[in-house]
Amino acid sequence: MIHFVILISRQGKVRLTKWYSPYQQKERSTVIRELSGLILTRGPKLCNFVEWKGYKVVYRRYASLYFCMCIDPDDNELEVLEIIHHFVEILDRYFGSVCELDLIFNFHKAYYILDEILIAGELQESSKKAVARVIAAQKTSTNLAKDSLVENAKEETGSISNMISQAI
Amino acid sequence: MEQLKTIGRELAIGSHGGWGQSKEFLDLVKSIGEARSKAEEDRIILREVESLRRRIAEPDVPRRKMKDYIIRLVYAEMLGHDASFGYIHAVKMTHHDALPLKRTGYLAVTLFLSEDHDLIILIVNTIQKDLRSDNYLVVCAALAAVCKLINEETIPAVLPQVVDLLAHPKEAVRKKAVMALHRFYQRSPASVSHLVSNFRKRLCDSDPGVMGATLCPLFDLISADGNSYKDLVISFVGILKQVAERRLPKTYDYHQMAAPFIQIKLLKILALLGSGDKQASGHMYNVLGDIFRKSEQSSNIGNAVLYETICCVSSIYPNAKLLEAAAEATSKFLKSDSHNLKYMGVDALGRLIRINPDTAEEHQLAVIDCLEDPDDTLKRKTFELLYKMTKSTNVEVIVNRMIEYMINISDNHYKTEIASRCVELAEQFAPTNEWFIQTMNKVFEHAGDLVNVRVAHNLMRLIAEGFGEDDEGAESQLRSSAVDSYLRILREPKLPSLFLQVICWVLGEYGTADGKYSAAYIIGKLCDVTEALLCDDTVKAYAISAIMKICAFEIAEGRKVEMLPECQSLIDELSTSHSTDLQQRAYELQAFLCLESQAVERVMPLDASCEDIEIDKNLTFLKDFVQQSIENGARPYIPESERSGMSNVSNFKSQYQHEASSHMLRFEAYELPRPSPAHVIPQVSVPTPIADLVPVPETTYNSKTSQASKLPSVTDASSAAHGLKLHLDGVQRRWGRPTYSSSSGPSSTTSTEKTTNGVTHIDGVSSQPRDKLNESRRQQPEVSAEKQKLAASLFGGSAGKTEKKATSTQRAPKGNTRNAERPGATRSVSPETSKEKAAPSVPDLLDLGEPNPTSTTIVDPFKQLEGLVGPTPVPSPLDNSVKTSGLETPDLMAAVYTDLPPSGSSSGSLGSTIGDMYSADKTSNTATSAPSIKKGPFPQDSLRKDARARQVGVTPTGNNPNLFKDLLG
Repeated sequence: MIHFVILISRQGKVRLTKWYSPYQQKERSTVIRELSGLILTRGPKLCNFVEWKGYKVVYRRYASLYFCMCIDPDDNELEVLEIIHHFVEILDRYFGSVCELDLIFNFHKAYYILDEILIAGELQESSKKAVARVIAAQKTSTNLAKDSLVENAKEETGSISNMISQAI
Repeated sequence: MEQLKTIGRELAIGSHGGWGQSKEFLDLVKSIGEARSKAEEDRIILREVESLRRRIAEPDVPRRKMKDYIIRLVYAEMLGHDASFGYIHAVKMTHHDALPLKRTGYLAVTLFLSEDHDLIILIVNTIQKDLRSDNYLVVCAALAAVCKLINEETIPAVLPQVVDLLAHPKEAVRKKAVMALHRFYQRSPASVSHLVSNFRKRLCDSDPGVMGATLCPLFDLISADGNSYKDLVISFVGILKQVAERRLPKTYDYHQMAAPFIQIKLLKILALLGSGDKQASGHMYNVLGDIFRKSEQSSNIGNAVLYETICCVSSIYPNAKLLEAAAEATSKFLKSDSHNLKYMGVDALGRLIRINPDTAEEHQLAVIDCLEDPDDTLKRKTFELLYKMTKSTNVEVIVNRMIEYMINISDNHYKTEIASRCVELAEQFAPTNEWFIQTMNKVFEHAGDLVNVRVAHNLMRLIAEGFGEDDEGAESQLRSSAVDSYLRILREPKLPSLFLQVICWVLGEYGTADGKYSAAYIIGKLCDVTEALLCDDTVKAYAISAIMKICAFEIAEGRKVEMLPECQSLIDELSTSHSTDLQQRAYELQAFLCLESQAVERVMPLDASCEDIEIDKNLTFLKDFVQQSIENGARPYIPESERSGMSNVSNFKSQYQHEASSHMLRFEAYELPRPSPAHVIPQVSVPTPIADLVPVPETTYNSKTSQASKLPSVTDASSAAHGLKLHLDGVQRRWGRPTYSSSSGPSSTTSTEKTTNGVTHIDGVSSQPRDKLNESRRQQPEVSAEKQKLAASLFGGSAGKTEKKATSTQRAPKGNTRNAERPGATRSVSPETSKEKAAPSVPDLLDLGEPNPTSTTIVDPFKQLEGLVGPTPVPSPLDNSVKTSGLETPDLMAAVYTDLPPSGSSSGSLGSTIGDMYSADKTSNTATSAPSIKKGPFPQDSLRKDARARQVGVTPTGNNPNLFKDLLG
């Protein structure tokens, strides 16, 4: 089972965290501090796995961003490495050649996508298409709702310009 | 005027357009991105949290604004700050009807709240409502929240609805419902124990995603109790076969592998089911062999499946042929350049040597390379392997290596682990007692505070009891050498408390026993101990007791004890100590010094630590007194169990539990007309699809499986038969090619057979690498002599048949005679000496430097190995079945490929953007991906993004140049 997912930048800045096992806020900070100290210092040719407090942390670097997942000692590390890649491929498909900025400004969307891939620390869907379908459905429904908001905003703008014209 | 209008519109749209967030949020993220230190970041966030705290509490915050606030709170919380004041607003947001707001609310609460948070009770009602929604997206959002938030107490509130959703028309909902039930099982197995049949049913779901999700709870159920699921073995094997034969939709392919994640999960389940079960394992051999044959090692995921297959093969009832294939795959891992694969290889080797310890020999050098690798992860994994293959012949080298490594690491968690492993190995396999004590000393010295107290007590007992034999000389020799070494170690400045306790005790018992040291000298040393830096009360107590013992021995001998000034000051100090225990001991010592020798000898006999103190549990010596009292009219004693008031404790408890359960929270709404509470009889509460709710009685399943077992044979395994057994008819239709019929299988007896599956082929493969290995060994003069020695001492002994002894927690008293022969053994056992020992008894594989004896011994193990290979060509029924099943595959594969001319249409285009991760994929995909115009790292794309970034005002900072690079670029 996956206990948590952390995305950290090369500078140790947190980009995304998702905890599937209970951790207090304080523990979370310690975990992140310890792991970033452990992972960011590792050389490029070494294993993508780190043993940590009886768990294993599988990480993978994409550009300046590290994706880390903490798993049980008897889990298959290579599989988890590919789960990370699966996640990144889906992000890539969603954002269109994803970059760190996409994740920084749209972290809530990244959360939605992650929720479609992992549930309760287990891989729930291994088909990219199935994930994309659900995400797309959510997006359209969101957009429908948003359109009405935009309409509202346009009306507001209209009133602003009216005010401006009156002022002039 | 017109301009002003457009500017105004742009401003307004800008707040939702672009990235869809407010300017304030973007500013926040931007300033965080530019923060140069953690302190600066904290300052920014704290300011933000303060302003949010003010604004979120204002009355009538617009919904859109509120959503933005909540997302900013999530951000603050993600960066490690407390945003608990906003939790209630996130909860409120889940009540909204608009989906985007609801989803934001659910997202926030799943990230904010832990399962035991007080606010959860406020969400349960919303979740109940949303689970009934017509919009499946709402249901999905609610189910995701269920997985995170519902705790043991609230499970009954949503359980019936979640079970209903197992029959939902949307597969996304069914899948999430299965995962939710899995979560419930993890939280409280009892709550879903009556629903197990539902999991079995979902295994046959028409959607592969749902089927794959169902494997998660089944894996947990099977690891808890494998025996109840043996009937599913054939189903699992059938599914795995279909998956491996690419019958799942193309979308489940991943990097040209057929649904690898599902394969891995199935292999894990099979490993559990087949463990120690010959019959169940028999069903699996075929498909496992197929997977080995089809395995491809160019991609990570292929290796992941291969590794899982090795794990499965080593876990189920052993099969020679599969084990050989597994060993071959393992050796490929070990020879790989990738550290990841080496790591997996070392792990796999550890699994294989449990079945056949000789497997390791072939890989000696690879293992030693891993041991000396700078990569800590690999090193630790290798130590794990060495730990598994330790025997009495190589224990010295391995434990010394472990201790060497242990000294240099600072990670306390791992230090504890490796220290306890050293202790365990030393206790089981120590060749001499001398060595054992030296090893323990080293472990204590460097990790003393991390090892179990029990270990210290064992060591003390060992020194005291000797080793169970009657050789007094050897025993006293050992004790005085222990005393010597401890006096030497005491010069070290910092020693762990536990180790000091052992030292004090040993010095007290045996410090003056051989007359080498004077009592005053030992007492002086013990006083020094109490002044040491890390000396705690326990050590002081040990020290003063030791001083007391030494004084007692002196008095008993009739000698005068002269009180050293530092000892006197110690006694003075302790007699005013805060610890009553220390005070007591100090006063006892003072009183002791005034006693005469005969009394002292009775109180503190010499070397009596091992004598049993008899404890009369029945208190027989009180019988007379009791008798007398009863005669005098006292009431007889009534045992506790017979006393009336507490007649039945367990009964009382169950009554209490019953009461507790009736006091449980009730979740059903009051206005519901149904009379019975939902959590008591879940079947009644929701009437719609009752069939799903009522647990399918076990008997129906039994009848199904008995039907299945009546079918002619398993080995001929035509997929149609499997479909029948599984009741996977629906699946068959959806996954399989419509034109496929079982008759097409045997008709494909083509020439491919020999090249792919023939026995001769296997023979060739297995002998070829070995030849290569042989060659490479000959060509490796640069392997240092030291390494070879290490290899010899580690692996050379593997021919020795000493098995790990079961689980003796104490060191068995053995090898004493040897100890007596070599009392003055060197302190630390170097690899050379151990090699000397190993060399005469065992043929050394690697010592090519000495030509005459080794040239003959090199041949030997290969002959043995050939013996292993030899039997395989002998035709066996199993062999045939492997061949027949293999025959079908080329045809099927061909069919799949011809079916889909633009192969890899989806993954191919991705492959180009992510290509550098998989160079092998790249070569195969570039051709197909070239015409695809969907996306990729186009310059326009990134330019547009850049422009957007500028518009928002985010510019790359100097210290973060890679920020804008594509993640996958």
